[in-house]
Amino acid sequence: PLWCDKVLLRASRRVEIAYFSHSQITRLYSRFHSLDKGENGALSREDFQRIPELAINPLGDRIINAFFPEGEDQVNFRGFMRTLAHFRPVEDNEKSKGHDASEPLNSRNNKLLFAFRLYDLDRDDKISRDELLQVLRMMVGVNISDEQLGSIADRTIQEADTNGDMSISFSEFIKVLEKVDVEQKMSIRFLH
Amino acid sequence: MERGAKERNQQLYKPCSNGIIAKEPVSLEQEIQEPRGGGGEFDMSDILYFCRRGVESIVDDEVTKRFTAEELESWNLLTRSNYNLHHISARLTVLWGLGVLIRYGFLLPLRVTLAVTGVGLLVVLTSIVGWLPNSRMKKYLSEKVNLMCYRICVRALTAIITYHDRYPKNGGICVANHTSPIDVLILASDGCYSMVGQAHGGLMGFIQKTLVKACPHIWFERSEVKDRHLVAKRLSDHVADKTKLPILIFPEGTCINNTSVMMFKKGSFEIDCTIYPVAIKYDPRFGNAFWNSSKFRMVTYLLHMMSSWAVVCSVWYLPPMKREEGEDAVQFANRVKSAIARKGGLVDLLWDGGLKRSKVKEVFKEEQQKLYSKVLVKLLSLR
Repeated sequence: PLWCDKVLLRASRRVEIAYFSHSQITRLYSRFHSLDKGENGALSREDFQRIPELAINPLGDRIINAFFPEGEDQVNFRGFMRTLAHFRPVEDNEKSKGHDASEPLNSRNNKLLFAFRLYDLDRDDKISRDELLQVLRMMVGVNISDEQLGSIADRTIQEADTNGDMSISFSEFIKVLEKVDVEQKMSIRFLH
Repeated sequence: MERGAKERNQQLYKPCSNGIIAKEPVSLEQEIQEPRGGGGEFDMSDILYFCRRGVESIVDDEVTKRFTAEELESWNLLTRSNYNLHHISARLTVLWGLGVLIRYGFLLPLRVTLAVTGVGLLVVLTSIVGWLPNSRMKKYLSEKVNLMCYRICVRALTAIITYHDRYPKNGGICVANHTSPIDVLILASDGCYSMVGQAHGGLMGFIQKTLVKACPHIWFERSEVKDRHLVAKRLSDHVADKTKLPILIFPEGTCINNTSVMMFKKGSFEIDCTIYPVAIKYDPRFGNAFWNSSKFRMVTYLLHMMSSWAVVCSVWYLPPMKREEGEDAVQFANRVKSAIARKGGLVDLLWDGGLKRSKVKEVFKEEQQKLYSKVLVKLLSLR
């Protein structure tokens, strides 16, 4: 449709276009549009929850949350692309080099920050024991007892916490995951 | 055009190959057991697997795209199939305009006339046959009348159908993948079946009542549909009567867009009889046969069908199957579904077609959680 092209033109002036080729943006827009049942140019949380594979993902709600900016209930196409840009593989960085001084969205650091924020619900830049427990509970359901889960959480914090404040900061988080191939685990291969 | 289409029908249709992303086929167990960050059983990197899978499903999932029309690789000059194909040149627009003239000015009126004739004849002739006393003559006449009228209706859609591998049918249940109400016409114009469905009101209901006079179809009242035992009993009774025709059932329960076969409801597979699977595949280049019932009403859909270029499809009859020892209804249903999917070149999915309208059940999320917990507990025991 004609108005779709206008959106693409406007989007092309933003930084997000550096992460995706023109044909990829077209396909992503088509996907965005098919998810947008209300046809109002923005996605709500219900639109995401309609995807069965996402609805059965234990971390589904947290992932959906990551798309929505602080306190908002709608995400537009630009925001949609911006979040997806985190999952671009790392070697495809040539296009985004030199745009500005800040790091590209799909750098290892930014991928780790994305994962960190899945834990850190209150955005205080620390993963508390409660926040860790919440995520653990989401992932195991009813299959592990409170005591066992509690001790798993305690052990995890103990091993990661270096400054003794009983919570995990972002730099401690990075240290814990330094041997993990984050680039591969947090990348999606976009075709064309 | 007919002959050309018939030649091309011989190969399986190539599925649309332009996906957005390439998904890695790694399982939960494989990925989580790779080198871990910490030394414990739970690793903070475990969420990365779920996170990536979640985002992958946001970009491209296997289910929601089955409920809208299939995307075409190149345009077929129908406005309704034009999603992202932007290169509109002047020459193409002229061609399209010419197409509109031909389709709406010539093909559509011709087809509507044929359709009305076909349905009218069907109603009149089956009423006449219905008055006859039950005898072999009645059965023979009823078959001939039905076949003739359905064939007229099929012509009304300019349906070019290629049937492959016929097997003689002896009662039993015939199952097929469901894309649109036209599936019924396509199969009924090649063989005689007893149809199963909900009793409607209005014109449809009138047609149903007339048809059942000549041929033993099974129409259920809306209230009866909920009662699974009643449904099963009526089907079993019909099947047990050897003089009756095979029943035609679409176990998906809803229309799917002909790129995949979704979960078969086990009801028809619990009955003790032979199953005759049929695979139906439409060629999307000539027109989109999928009925998106949330977007279009039946009348709009039929108009679309009659103003497309044609309805080109292949029907493969598969060898009859019976439930094996030790196999339960669900396993049998899946086996039949896989056979149909393989023959028709469709993707075999375990997801329920009912997800078109309803939310996925919590139990599937619980399965994922159970799987992850198993991995954790195993690692805990290795400590």
